[in-house]
Amino acid sequence: MKVLAIDTSNHPMSVALVEDEQLLATTTLNMVRNHSIYLMPTIDNLFKLVQWTPADLDRVVVAQGPGSYTGIRIAATTAKTLADTLKVALVGVSSLEVVARNVLPTSDQVIVPFFDARRGNVFAGAYQWQDSRLVNLIEDQHLAMTTLLDQLGRVDRPVILLGHLTKRIQDQFDDLPANVSLAPRAYGIPSTYQLALAGEDRPAVQAIDPFVPHYLRITEAEANWQKLHPGENRQNYVREV
Amino acid sequence: MAERNLILAFETSCDETSVAVIEDGTKILSNIVATQIDSHQRFGGVVPEVASRHHIEWITRCIDQALTEAGVDYPDLMAVAVTYGPGLVGSLLVGVTAAKVVAWAHHLPLIPVNHMAGHLYAARFVGEFKYPQMALLVSGGHTELVYMPKEHEYEIVGETRDDAAGEAYDKIGRVLGVNYPAGKTIDEWAAQGQDAFHFPRAMEKEDNLDFSFSGLKSAFINTVHNADQRGEELNKYDLAASFQQSVVDVLAEKTMRALDQYPVKQLILAGGVAANHGLRDRLDHDMAKYHSNVTMLQAPLKLCGDNAAMIGAAAAVDYRHGDRAAWDLNAVPGLMFDRAKE
Repeated sequence: MKVLAIDTSNHPMSVALVEDEQLLATTTLNMVRNHSIYLMPTIDNLFKLVQWTPADLDRVVVAQGPGSYTGIRIAATTAKTLADTLKVALVGVSSLEVVARNVLPTSDQVIVPFFDARRGNVFAGAYQWQDSRLVNLIEDQHLAMTTLLDQLGRVDRPVILLGHLTKRIQDQFDDLPANVSLAPRAYGIPSTYQLALAGEDRPAVQAIDPFVPHYLRITEAEANWQKLHPGENRQNYVREV
Repeated sequence: MAERNLILAFETSCDETSVAVIEDGTKILSNIVATQIDSHQRFGGVVPEVASRHHIEWITRCIDQALTEAGVDYPDLMAVAVTYGPGLVGSLLVGVTAAKVVAWAHHLPLIPVNHMAGHLYAARFVGEFKYPQMALLVSGGHTELVYMPKEHEYEIVGETRDDAAGEAYDKIGRVLGVNYPAGKTIDEWAAQGQDAFHFPRAMEKEDNLDFSFSGLKSAFINTVHNADQRGEELNKYDLAASFQQSVVDVLAEKTMRALDQYPVKQLILAGGVAANHGLRDRLDHDMAKYHSNVTMLQAPLKLCGDNAAMIGAAAAVDYRHGDRAAWDLNAVPGLMFDRAKE
């Protein structure tokens, strides 16, 4: 099976081509540049290097969020359009899970990947290796860094945080709880080889059209509107004309 | 090499997700438009992040439906085209990303299209273009006079210094309790009222081709607020008629002046506000009176708003002139034609 894996959820942009669990080629950029500029040339270049043509592809696996809204939209638009236009399988994997997979499966720590979500908030989830399977203990969510640390301090076993501790996140707290440690920065960089492996044997999405990123937050405008209009539950606000 | 001249065109610059298939640059085989108006009406205007989220929900449905309705498949296509600016960056990115993927996946050339050139080419579905040519492009984001000495050459000779005409309609619409987009309702009300308030015609007598609508907007809002404070209710039809008369007077007079300064064979009227009946009728009248030797093409009513058919029509010309995008094509939210040298 020929798999293309894409992750542009945050500053790093990563692409991998994987065939039958073997990594053939991967590129990761971590330059805080524009993913819209670099993603397609990177995919094109990797396909040329391994001598695949687009029609050879069997499956697209994408880090579906959470993360930067623009970032996860670029990856999700690329993945869903590619799957739709080539009629191949599409799989979405949590962008936090991709980072959690950097930890060895022999570890029994609680793995907590996090991304800076601005204003002192983070996107975070809790994962753990159990019998060589990565299990999601607490689903990905958007919460204050201080709330996350309070909760992790009450866990009765060691917890490892994975991610880039930006200054604005660091400013939210003095010390980590005693049972919580921060992994070296290298462990916070997503590997799309891991992403491809995670998505290789997972069921593909049933319908490509409704596939959207996992933002984990509604927009501010919609949140305010919902407050003013309780009980309004129209689902679809877009129509063909 | 494809035998047919078929372009798959994408347009997602604001709040419409649209994909079209255009043959020979002039024939619409399909033009799917999914509009988000109902969504943004909740907020009184387009919210960029909401718009971007809707685009990704609709992009593949629009692609598939455009091909199905046109009765064609990827091997039939000659090229893919996409609006890469101007517009909202998050909205543009969904179309640009999807168009790049489709072009790459099927080994097709990618044509980057300026949204404003697209608006202009909506008029190409009405008749052939003749050069030199002048265009009045009026929409919610733009108000400009564009001179085209020949095909594929665009020079701005006049533009708004503040609000776009369509933006002014939305702002005074809000004062009158008309939700965005307010243009159509104001146009209908205007037809039932009189120019009773004589709002200012900004820059009308100045010797340039630029526009300004913020003074008119302020005068309008002040008039309504002052009446409110006196407990007086003004006739909304007369308010609409007075506002529209001021907008149309300035647009028409500046356009006539542009035609005096630039001898052209043809005038194009396009953009969202080109659907305004007051403006269409006025230009019909003025052209017959002052420039009867210049032909006029008005974009068809149903192609005045954002749509991918117009992008496909512009792309057919861009393609002939060799315009091709590489895979690093990015959205350019502030993309503009060059200003003509003074």
